[in-house]
Amino acid sequence: MLDVIDLKVRFLSRPEKYAVDGVSFHMDDGEILGLVGESGSGKSVTAMAISGLLPRRKTECSGSILLDGQEMLNADRDAVRRIQGKDLSVVFQEPMTSLDPVVRIGRQVEESLRIHTKLDAAARKAAALKAMAEAELPDPEQLYRKYPHELSGGMLQRVMIAAAIVSGPKLLLADEPTTALDVTIQAQILELLKKINRERGMGILFISHNLNVVRKLCSRVAVMHKGRIVETGAAEDVFHHPRDPYTQRLIAAIPSRDKRLR
Amino acid sequence: MKKKQYSEQKKNWFLYVGGAITIVMAALIVLGYFWTPYDPGAMDAACKGAPPSLAHIMGTDNFGRDIFSRVLQGAGMTFFIAVCVVAIGAVCGTVIGGLTGYFGGWGDEALMRVCDAITAFPSILLALVVIAVLGPGKWNVIWVLGILFIPSFARIVRGEFVKCKNLNYIRSARLMGAGHVRIMVRHILPNALPVLLPAISIGFNNAVLAEASMSFLGVGVSPTEPSLGRMLSDGQSYLLRGLPWYALFVGFTIVLLILGFSLLSEGLQQRRRR
Amino acid sequence: MKYLIQKFCTLIITLFIVSFLAFAAFQLIGDPTTAMLGTNATPEQIAELQHTLGLDRPLLVRYGEWLLHFLQGDMGVSYSYNLPVADMVGEKLPITFILTMMAFALTVVVSIPLGILTARREGGVLDQAMTVLDQVVMSIPPFFIGILLTCVFGLILHLFQPGNFDAVRGHPLQYLGFMLFPALSIAIPRIAMTVKMLRSSILEQMGQDYIRTGYSRGLDKSGVLWRHALRNALIPVVTFIAVSVAEMVAGSIVIEQVFSIPGIGRLLLASIANRDFPVVQAIVVILALWVVVVNFIADVLYQCIDPRIRLN
Repeated sequence: MLDVIDLKVRFLSRPEKYAVDGVSFHMDDGEILGLVGESGSGKSVTAMAISGLLPRRKTECSGSILLDGQEMLNADRDAVRRIQGKDLSVVFQEPMTSLDPVVRIGRQVEESLRIHTKLDAAARKAAALKAMAEAELPDPEQLYRKYPHELSGGMLQRVMIAAAIVSGPKLLLADEPTTALDVTIQAQILELLKKINRERGMGILFISHNLNVVRKLCSRVAVMHKGRIVETGAAEDVFHHPRDPYTQRLIAAIPSRDKRLR
Repeated sequence: MKKKQYSEQKKNWFLYVGGAITIVMAALIVLGYFWTPYDPGAMDAACKGAPPSLAHIMGTDNFGRDIFSRVLQGAGMTFFIAVCVVAIGAVCGTVIGGLTGYFGGWGDEALMRVCDAITAFPSILLALVVIAVLGPGKWNVIWVLGILFIPSFARIVRGEFVKCKNLNYIRSARLMGAGHVRIMVRHILPNALPVLLPAISIGFNNAVLAEASMSFLGVGVSPTEPSLGRMLSDGQSYLLRGLPWYALFVGFTIVLLILGFSLLSEGLQQRRRR
Repeated sequence: MKYLIQKFCTLIITLFIVSFLAFAAFQLIGDPTTAMLGTNATPEQIAELQHTLGLDRPLLVRYGEWLLHFLQGDMGVSYSYNLPVADMVGEKLPITFILTMMAFALTVVVSIPLGILTARREGGVLDQAMTVLDQVVMSIPPFFIGILLTCVFGLILHLFQPGNFDAVRGHPLQYLGFMLFPALSIAIPRIAMTVKMLRSSILEQMGQDYIRTGYSRGLDKSGVLWRHALRNALIPVVTFIAVSVAEMVAGSIVIEQVFSIPGIGRLLLASIANRDFPVVQAIVVILALWVVVVNFIADVLYQCIDPRIRLN
């Protein structure tokens, strides 16, 4: 479904360094792929490139990103916009700031329908309520009329997920979606993503610096370091038999009590 | 600091141009205190209402007085009033804002409410009313405007003090036994300077504008004292009688005074943002 | 609702304080008897006049009485003209009101589209030119803009007759045409400030996370601007425009002088010069009422745009 081939990205403010330096990977339909790496490893830039959110004036990209065979990188802006929010949705790290503070929850959940479909208001609302129920938000009818500041961070992330799945995309990009949340809520969100993946067969590209989280959620893992993918493989394999020295260090850095518990 | 490489790419023109205008104006004003080409009060019956020439670079007014000399002196008066007003506002505002911000409590609440009430009303309107009661004059204008300028400074300084007082290095300074005064003056005040400087610059800007407006209305300095606002008001009546340069030269002098300070404050704010 | 009631209470309290201060200031310091009788009046004459004017009673009693009368529309009698203050003020007030409202309308109508335009073209030629122009225009005092407009449009182009307010009285269209120039003088510096403020406010919002969310759903730049950034960006601007109205009221006092418009400002200045305190007092309280009401309207609007206010 998603093919990334020799992706290179550099920022024009620092042209001497490639933030993403020749990344290639493949994702199957309905697969959850974890992209792991420390901050600055280029994992978020990769995600932004795939979602088409890198500012074109400030970056230079080469390579190829194919979503169902369609080229996304450096493609016509309108063509990319027709895919964004319809076939490809993004959930960001900071739910508190990723929602517009002055627009009601319902309107934000159904926004991609408003952009990409000609559904009338009632149909949009029905779809939004359904997506919110699917994201396990309690009492969607009431939440529909609320504003972001009235909800907790965990709830807002569920709202973001509902908004991301409302148009039935093929691929969900989750950029550190649990990092800003409490540990218990992290686990709930991971379960929710798993459920959505199972029920909808939606592919999820999960980006995180936390190997443990990735291991719980993903079937396959790609480890990034300094703009390159240093290791890919089944999650358990990579975790138990890391081949690359960087991955070994990364795993060794997990506190040992955690390792015993899991 | 970490974005230094960017700040060097784009020059801060506002700061340079504003600084240049302010320095030139200040130099002319200082010059005007000691020397003017003509006696500002001397009337030359031979050349009443003369257009600009080499002898009188801004021409002469309806009494044959040299406009340039008068502008220098008037700008000096405006500048002096602005300096005093800003000094009163900034010093009192810093002390009040610093104390209320640092100690907090009900005194802080009450003072901020009073400040809100004062800032809700246009300062010129309030100043007019007070001058109406006290009568015009240089010192009355200075005191009234100075007091009216206190809230804006107090608010800014208070904000910085509230922000800083809970920072860890302030706490550690306190644990090391530094007294309140020392903490406020040595540790917090330097942090407030980057916001205080543009505020002082805007304050100058507003003070010049307020003084000029009040003198223009005839409720500023007393009629015998030179003042740009009053000259502009005189000049306006000669606009229709073939003496347009009078009002224009005086007006553009006021514009340059204000422009210098406003560019300076804009530049200072930009520098802070980087 | 609770927020509005709270704001309304502050409004009432502010009005009480302002009216009392205005009253007390003139009562304590400004004894009108010397102005009315001249400097060589005998103490008996002064005492008698003070008694007829009611100046010998306690301050609070006089304030209460004055306020009661004021609320009933009786603002006292002018010392210098012996006319009811209410009539004098009532005749001038509409003129100043129209002037301020025109300036306000001009500011909103011009500055909001310009602010959006410059923000959209950030870094472009138009934007850079506007930034410089803004900074220069902000530095021109309104009264000098008035003089420049008189010079250019009145004396050179003859589009209006400077100072001839009476000629346009009773002709609605010419009236508005005449008032356009003073209104512009008040509005132009305000327009510059509002454009600058709206521009930086929009640019700040365009860098927020929720804008990225908008882009990720397939919105283009105008889409995120109109659907998300603008409403957030307007929140601080609404407050600023409200303050502007207050400043415009003050500005109209000066501008009326420049264009010889017989509005409330001229009356205020004349009354200050004559030490005609009932008039000054009434005008101050009316202008204060005006400013406070505008601030209240701004608070209501603010609450409509920013849902976060409603809870706090």
